[in-house]
Amino acid sequence: MSAVLSVEAIHTFIGQFHILQDVTVEVPPNSITALLGRNGAGKTTTLRSIMGLNPPTRGAIQFHGQAIHGRKPYTIAQQGIGYVPDYRAIFKQLTIEENLKVAERKKGDLAGKRDFIFEVFPDLQRLYHWPGGQLSGGQQQMLAIARALVPDNTLLLIDEPSEGLAPVIVEQMMAAIRKLSDQNAVLLVEQNFIVASRLADRYVIIEDGRSVHAGLMKDLLNDKALITKYLGAA
Amino acid sequence: MATSPAPQLRTSFFRQALITSGLFVLGLIVVNFIFFKPGTVAVVLLSGLYQGLLFFLVAAGMSIVFGLLDVLNLAQGSFFMLGAYSGFAIYGALPEGTPVEIRFIAALIGATLVGGGLGALTEAILLRPLYARPVFQIVLTFGLSTVIVEVVRALYGPAGLVPIEKPAALDTTFSVLGGQFETYRVFIIVVGFVLMVSISLLLQRTRLGIVIRAGVQDSQMVQALGINIRRIFTLVFALGTAVAALGGMTAAPFLGAYPSMGGDFLLTAIIVIVIGGMSSYEGTAIASVLVGLTRATTEQISLQYFNTPILASISILIFMVVVLLVRPTGLFGRE
Repeated sequence: MSAVLSVEAIHTFIGQFHILQDVTVEVPPNSITALLGRNGAGKTTTLRSIMGLNPPTRGAIQFHGQAIHGRKPYTIAQQGIGYVPDYRAIFKQLTIEENLKVAERKKGDLAGKRDFIFEVFPDLQRLYHWPGGQLSGGQQQMLAIARALVPDNTLLLIDEPSEGLAPVIVEQMMAAIRKLSDQNAVLLVEQNFIVASRLADRYVIIEDGRSVHAGLMKDLLNDKALITKYLGAA
Repeated sequence: MATSPAPQLRTSFFRQALITSGLFVLGLIVVNFIFFKPGTVAVVLLSGLYQGLLFFLVAAGMSIVFGLLDVLNLAQGSFFMLGAYSGFAIYGALPEGTPVEIRFIAALIGATLVGGGLGALTEAILLRPLYARPVFQIVLTFGLSTVIVEVVRALYGPAGLVPIEKPAALDTTFSVLGGQFETYRVFIIVVGFVLMVSISLLLQRTRLGIVIRAGVQDSQMVQALGINIRRIFTLVFALGTAVAALGGMTAAPFLGAYPSMGGDFLLTAIIVIVIGGMSSYEGTAIASVLVGLTRATTEQISLQYFNTPILASISILIFMVVVLLVRPTGLFGRE
């Protein structure tokens, strides 16, 4: 089984700060991999490095066996990567339809995916012509994920999907992400360990800019010592 | 499942700004009727529209570029001036005996292309390396405008050129309520409105427009969605300078061409953008008409009573100060 994405020992600076100091992550197909770790450990920067928004200065990133590090963010996205940032980055003055339209990479992308998107996120159908700024936090999160589904992506990078959402919405979001992982590999950053442990098949723990542990989620759940060491009381 | 009706896309604040602008125009019309005879009123209002739409042609590109690229393009006035000079160059380059109509249309198209081409080069070569340093960009566009003005002065002399010939059909006057008005100025009004509506349709109805509006809000995310935002930057910058150059050429048969004409229009265009609300296209479009009407009205009042047009430039500055005091973000600006 060859990985969809492999991040190999990358180092990333933001300004003069050496944020990532050797991060390695493998994402196999049709699975959910969670990046775990404390606040400020470098999880978001890892996703931004993959997208080329904070390009790594050392190491390599392969997507379906092709090197993508050092490329411009838009060409990286065009390879088939959908990015959902932690701040969601909804275009607030654009309607849901227009938000989705921006994500089209070829004519007909949206028309082809609309039914699937509506099936996963029924709210988006009901509010199709509403501006993004008038949606609730949960609906904005759904729109941000839906936007990553419009083109033919094979990998989704989702940063903090449960942040700031009510528990019932988190459940909906988890069901949706699980559904997406049937067709896409997912790399997830999730602060809430309970959410992460229920969603993900695999995990990578990042501590102070280094990936220190990786494996199957079910093994991690049995290793209370490891959880306590890196993730605090869980 | 049926879709819910969209809520008012325009927030109540947008409607308020529209109503305020409408009331302001009504107020100006009332002032006109108090001070002037009906024939003069008609001429003043038409003249206000004509001035306003010329301001719009300079300001439109600046406002969209400012929203998308965060660059206040101080060279925009120079592209307006270059448009006028391109008109002269093209009139002169066509063989003798070419009908004026052909020269005129060729000049309109040529000036637009010159403005767009030079704009694209400016963005790609000069501005692109400086996106991390916004202050440098402002200084750069300011310097560029000086260079353009000096080059034109060196090539064509400091004096300026007399207005180029208009097509016969536009070289007439007509009377409205007893006042006389040049047909050519109506042509400028028509060109301005056509562009105003076309740009608005481009922004609202096309995918390119959606991408531009998305880029105004978060250009990094647009890029992360797989769009080459740099190419969009170049395109938008070039469109803006093309419209300004077209404006300059449209003005050339009326105002002629002189090296400092860009600076005159630039200053008013900046006032228009500030009044409308930085980076709001609708705001710029509406404010340009408001500023044009204000200018024309106060110009006529001051000519009538003080025998000098001095009030015209003062009034729009006062207008800007009042708008900023009441609403610091401009009429249609947010945050």
